[in-house]
Amino acid sequence: MEQDDKVLFMSDMAAQGKEPEILFWVGCAGSYDTRAQKITKALVKILNHAEVSFAILGKEENCTGDPARRAGNEFVFQMLALQNIETFKMYNVKRIVTFCPHCFNTLKNEYPELGSTVEVVHHTQFIKELIESGRLQVASAPGEVTYHDSCYLGRINDIYDIPRDLITAMGKTIEEMPRSRSRGLCCGAGGAQMFKEDEPGDKRINIERIEEALETGAETILVNCPFCTTMIEDGLKAKEKQESVMVYDLSEMIVQNNGWN
Amino acid sequence: MLQVVIFLIILIVVTYVAAMRYKRIYRNIKLGKDEDLSGDEAQRWKNTLLVAFGQKKMFKRIVPAIFHFFIYVAFLFTQIELIEIIIDGVTGRHRVFASSLGMVYTVLISTIEILSFLALIATFIFLARRNALKIPRFHFDDMGWWPKLDANLILLGELALVIGIFTMNGADMALQQIDPTHYPDTGNLALSSLISPLLFEGLGKDMLVLLERAGWWLHVLTVFAFILYLPISKHLHIFLAFPNVYFARLRSRGAIMNMPEITKEVSSMLGLTEDTTDMSAELPEFGAKDIDDLSWKTIMDAYSCTECGRCTSVCPAHITGKKLSPRKILMDIRDRTEEVAAHLDTKDDKLFPTRQPSEEYSMKHLDDGKSLFDYITREEIHACTTCNACVEACPIMIDPLTPILQLRRYEILTEAAGPKDWTPMFTNLENSSSPWQMPQERDAWVES
Ligand code: SF4
Ligand code: SF4
Repeated sequence: MEQDDKVLFMSDMAAQGKEPEILFWVGCAGSYDTRAQKITKALVKILNHAEVSFAILGKEENCTGDPARRAGNEFVFQMLALQNIETFKMYNVKRIVTFCPHCFNTLKNEYPELGSTVEVVHHTQFIKELIESGRLQVASAPGEVTYHDSCYLGRINDIYDIPRDLITAMGKTIEEMPRSRSRGLCCGAGGAQMFKEDEPGDKRINIERIEEALETGAETILVNCPFCTTMIEDGLKAKEKQESVMVYDLSEMIVQNNGWN
Repeated sequence: MLQVVIFLIILIVVTYVAAMRYKRIYRNIKLGKDEDLSGDEAQRWKNTLLVAFGQKKMFKRIVPAIFHFFIYVAFLFTQIELIEIIIDGVTGRHRVFASSLGMVYTVLISTIEILSFLALIATFIFLARRNALKIPRFHFDDMGWWPKLDANLILLGELALVIGIFTMNGADMALQQIDPTHYPDTGNLALSSLISPLLFEGLGKDMLVLLERAGWWLHVLTVFAFILYLPISKHLHIFLAFPNVYFARLRSRGAIMNMPEITKEVSSMLGLTEDTTDMSAELPEFGAKDIDDLSWKTIMDAYSCTECGRCTSVCPAHITGKKLSPRKILMDIRDRTEEVAAHLDTKDDKLFPTRQPSEEYSMKHLDDGKSLFDYITREEIHACTTCNACVEACPIMIDPLTPILQLRRYEILTEAAGPKDWTPMFTNLENSSSPWQMPQERDAWVES
């Protein structure tokens, strides 16, 4: 396919009187963080190959407010949230796909109380849907991986099986960490910890987690969250293992398997 | 006759003191803010059945779950026997149910005996786990001398209870042979019928009567002591676990409690609604600084907490050596509530400076120069990743995260304080709608 990195904007579509099937919510990490931008682009490829009509908000997208709310700043959270909800209304958004579990959670569980009626799905859910409806084929390439449950997708939204189904669909076997699924250990980024120094302690949380991931012997660590990606990669660097062990978002693994990079 | 009089006096005193103590707990829980937790009764009853009665969440750790289950079921069943004990005590009769229930009685008491025996084994194992095996979560830094003693005291009480039951039943079985008119046939009780020949046969009647009475009194006095002791102990969970699970928040874990008063203000700031805010009104306080800012449910959580430490043992902050322990947050809330309650009880006017003589002694007027922040440090609340591991781990659906976030809200919104790194984050969010300050545009990646 040519131009599988094509991206449209909601404003342009609206100007032509069109509405996309979904709004791809990129999120702050996906927009600004160089590592997470790769995930953004992987998902764009998947959406284009599956011929999904999608658009992004671009400059009209604000942070969902997740870090502000969790840090305790309800004012800033609601400022951002209410503006986003107005934008959704303006463009008549019906369905959002996002690969950030924090955005996913806030949009899905916190916005309705403030007036949003948009349906929100995580990209793992959406990709599974695409496979099931035959819009997307996933190539199988055997290998051993371990999978890190993010708190906001797993414990907080009870999504454990869908990402694992995708991994098996790619032909991979999962070496589970002892602390997985509802007992999964946090990477250390949530609750706005990403944006501050750690409190005094013995160890960084991502180090505790990477040690557990390395124990499994798997050379690929699959994740579903841009913040986990950063945390786990930082942990690998601290262990000087960044050359031998790789960290990928599920969408990146699909793009790789399908030879789309 | 003398026994009846003594029993009646004790019963009346215990009932009165217990009523006062439990009423006080109820009042203390009501010191919290209103939170509407009604509705969806079907789900609530389901939780109560599965999680409280069925102990579903306990079974994530199978060994303690099984032994705890023995003690718990023994506790439930002993209540039936207690009814008889109280009737006997008040009327001066002996085993009133024995003759009327017949076979059923034998089965019932035998069940209690078997359960008591299992509970006895469990008690020994729990004492060993706590004191000899040194299970880490019972010895984290947040466990002071009192919580440790509290845990052991109740296990020793459990021991006394079981000894009481078997002495009473064993001696009774021997007496039934000597004096059947006064000691109605109970049938062959499962365990006492085995113990009785070994320990009690061949003893004189006087000795047996003495032992039977000693067992009976030990049993009933231990139960009374429990009832009076529970309100100051972590073992209050044997009652509160049920309402606590019933009233557990059913909304998604991912949705942090909304603040409608802020929605109102922000909406009018953004011009989404008519501005109706009264600018001259005093700025309200946001978040929680003391227990009356917390929901009543959080205070009930604190009173229900068993201090088992399951939450703390899975908390990523705690695992990596940070000061935060979700268990300690609950224990601190309970301690502060008890402190406030003591002030309300002593009614020292110096501590209620704004109170008018006609007004009640309430938290509104209390100023003892203290707050939750004297118990919970900033370092603790700053360490939370909101991962919900504690919420998931708690066997009785306590939510340690909500109060942590409310304390953060107080710090940020009311005090305008908090971790210094968060200040630029808030500024960036306000000015450029992203937590980072970025030179390029949000959609620059499209072209790159
Ligand atoms: S939510 Fe906070 S307190 Fe609870 S386990 Fe996670 S980090 Fe610890
Ligand atoms: S909050 Fe729950 S898990 Fe934590 S110590 Fe109390 S009872 Fe145990």
